Amino acid sequence: MTAPLDVDALLGDSSTKIVVCCGSGGVGKTTTAAALALRGAEAGRTVCVLTIDPARRLAQAMGLTELDNVPRPVRNIDTGNGGALFAMMLDMKRTFDEIIELHTDPERARVILDNPFYQTVSSSFAGTQEYMAMEKLGQLRAQAEEGDAPWDLIVVDTPPSRSALDFLDAPKRMASFLDGRFIKVFMAPARAGGRAYLKMLSAGVTALAGALTKVLGTQLLADASTFVNAMDTVFGGFRERAERTYALLQQPGTAFLVVAAPEPDALREAAFFVERLEQDAMPLSGLVLNRVHETPAPGLSAEHALAAAEELAGDKTHTLTAGLLRVHADRMQRIARERRLVERFTAAFPKVPVATARAQAADVHDLDGLRLVGADLAGAR
Amino acid sequence: MWEGVRLHVVTGKGGTGKTTVSAALALALAAEGHRVLLMELEGRQGIAQLFDSPPLPYEERRIAVAPRGGDVYALAVDAEEALLEYLDLFYKLGRAGRVLKKLGAIDFVTTIAPGLRDVLLTGKAYEAVGRRRAGRTEYDAVVMDAPPTGRITRFLNVNSEMAGLARVGPIRHQADSIMGLLKSPRTAVHFVTLLEEMPTQETADGVHDLAAQGLPVGAVIVNMVRRPILRVADLAAAGKGRLDAAQIEAGLAVAGLAGSAADLIGPLSREAADLAERVALEVQERKTITALGRPVLELPWLTDGIDLGGLYELAEELHRQGVE
Repeated sequence: MTAPLDVDALLGDSSTKIVVCCGSGGVGKTTTAAALALRGAEAGRTVCVLTIDPARRLAQAMGLTELDNVPRPVRNIDTGNGGALFAMMLDMKRTFDEIIELHTDPERARVILDNPFYQTVSSSFAGTQEYMAMEKLGQLRAQAEEGDAPWDLIVVDTPPSRSALDFLDAPKRMASFLDGRFIKVFMAPARAGGRAYLKMLSAGVTALAGALTKVLGTQLLADASTFVNAMDTVFGGFRERAERTYALLQQPGTAFLVVAAPEPDALREAAFFVERLEQDAMPLSGLVLNRVHETPAPGLSAEHALAAAEELAGDKTHTLTAGLLRVHADRMQRIARERRLVERFTAAFPKVPVATARAQAADVHDLDGLRLVGADLAGAR
Repeated sequence: MWEGVRLHVVTGKGGTGKTTVSAALALALAAEGHRVLLMELEGRQGIAQLFDSPPLPYEERRIAVAPRGGDVYALAVDAEEALLEYLDLFYKLGRAGRVLKKLGAIDFVTTIAPGLRDVLLTGKAYEAVGRRRAGRTEYDAVVMDAPPTGRITRFLNVNSEMAGLARVGPIRHQADSIMGLLKSPRTAVHFVTLLEEMPTQETADGVHDLAAQGLPVGAVIVNMVRRPILRVADLAAAGKGRLDAAQIEAGLAVAGLAGSAADLIGPLSREAADLAERVALEVQERKTITALGRPVLELPWLTDGIDLGGLYELAEELHRQGVE
């Protein structure tokens, strides 16, 4: 059997600087990130938690009512061990705008911010949220290193990507097309100041580019060209920036936690993610398994409970007991199914330590609820 | 139900079983001799896994036979392939299109303009809905396993996405035609939810957003509904911690569990109390869902998980609730 993940040791180790919670949508990533951040803070770390899209009531509980893209102190936590907790919710467009404003003069910034391409890319490009989450993480880390911010541990939630892998790939993908061969060729006319440059291309490529122009419209391509050129001058290479973020994640002070629930889809995604992290030499610390069911009566099997309920069938005085036995059988079947799914995962990845949190009837929306999840994960209920 | 609807768009929060429900819906719609296309947009190959089939290529192929005859075809749409197909259709590029792909042009175009990507994906659905063969429409219905609730309005609103980018040209024209279909009674957008707080809240927000944009909301499909097992009065007592221990003990004795009754009464009551808490929350979520004023369909929780047999079971359940 797999070793348990020692959450307290991970959070308490002062060399742990970044904890990244990743996994598919709907598995409780945000709650896990918030619960771990709170537990770390109450154990004495100064923690900053970066959430992507928290449930409204959880956000309120953490004091995240203002969307101003900077971490705010979370009140009502136990500071007896000298820790503190800061929380923020990512504002993707604002993060992007701020990068532009930081790296260019106001006039050029205005040109970029007004460009229709910039507007769609910054607010709805499939990878922007991932890219900006990583960008923000880099900023928070830099602030801490330069002594401009008090936190010594950053916990990040990752965006609900269509696949768990997006979040590692998006920065590279974004960089690769902005730095790509095609764009250099295609955008050249704008740089050279006319269509003359196109003549240098092979006739074939010209025809293809022409076809694209026809399909997309020249205005669209002109806007795209302006956008790319403007971005180029601002960034001096998206690729370099993306690579820096990627390297930050590979550092030993980073701990990846793959979050899942004992459901087939979630565990399949978790398996993909574990493989991918290993491939990319990212420091994987373990699997967090949320919403695990358990029973206070493990000695009575589902089969036995159902057989007993069957004994009582038809006897109206014992409808209650029969019902209770069926409820128990239902729970036992669910536990057995979850266990089978988890065993399949741990058989494939015997070296990945696991921490579990019990299923709760209601969603977590206050600090007490987060404390319970944190205690559960640390095996300290 | 859904007279005249040709395109069924299925959305839902992650973890609600959107792909499973899309597949069951396709099977139910194909029952009794119909032809239905099930489309997947996000490259996860979830449909192939559900139907125990090898990964789907970018090609429509028959994946299942529906109850009482009928065919379900499946297609995993890829934005790049769709653009190449589109270019080929209009400009007869042939193999030259592959050169474009090698240069990174296709990736560039589909990535940099997110609206364009959505035009291509929804455009494929538009094309499949309208396609005719041998004097009749090729598919009786198209079911789209669409992006999750958080992104669905933006995804379907391709027109406004594109308006800022392409003001003229064939792509713009295409976007306008697609919008015509999406906003018409021939389309219905269904929301898959669970009786849990977050998915229900997202569904309520999503239904509201879609309606505000003039996009047609279909049904709310409540997935993984579990029977409460206990009688209402017993649930209420369990929730208050007032179950009659003597009565439980007597029952356990009759059932042959007299020896372990002392160890079981407390734990069984606690499990019943957990259930009561969950059911009470479900009642709240159901109220929120009913208040949306849309048709509500319910699919049962399957203890053994979803396999091919389970999928057919869900399809029959939809059929019983009026899907045909």
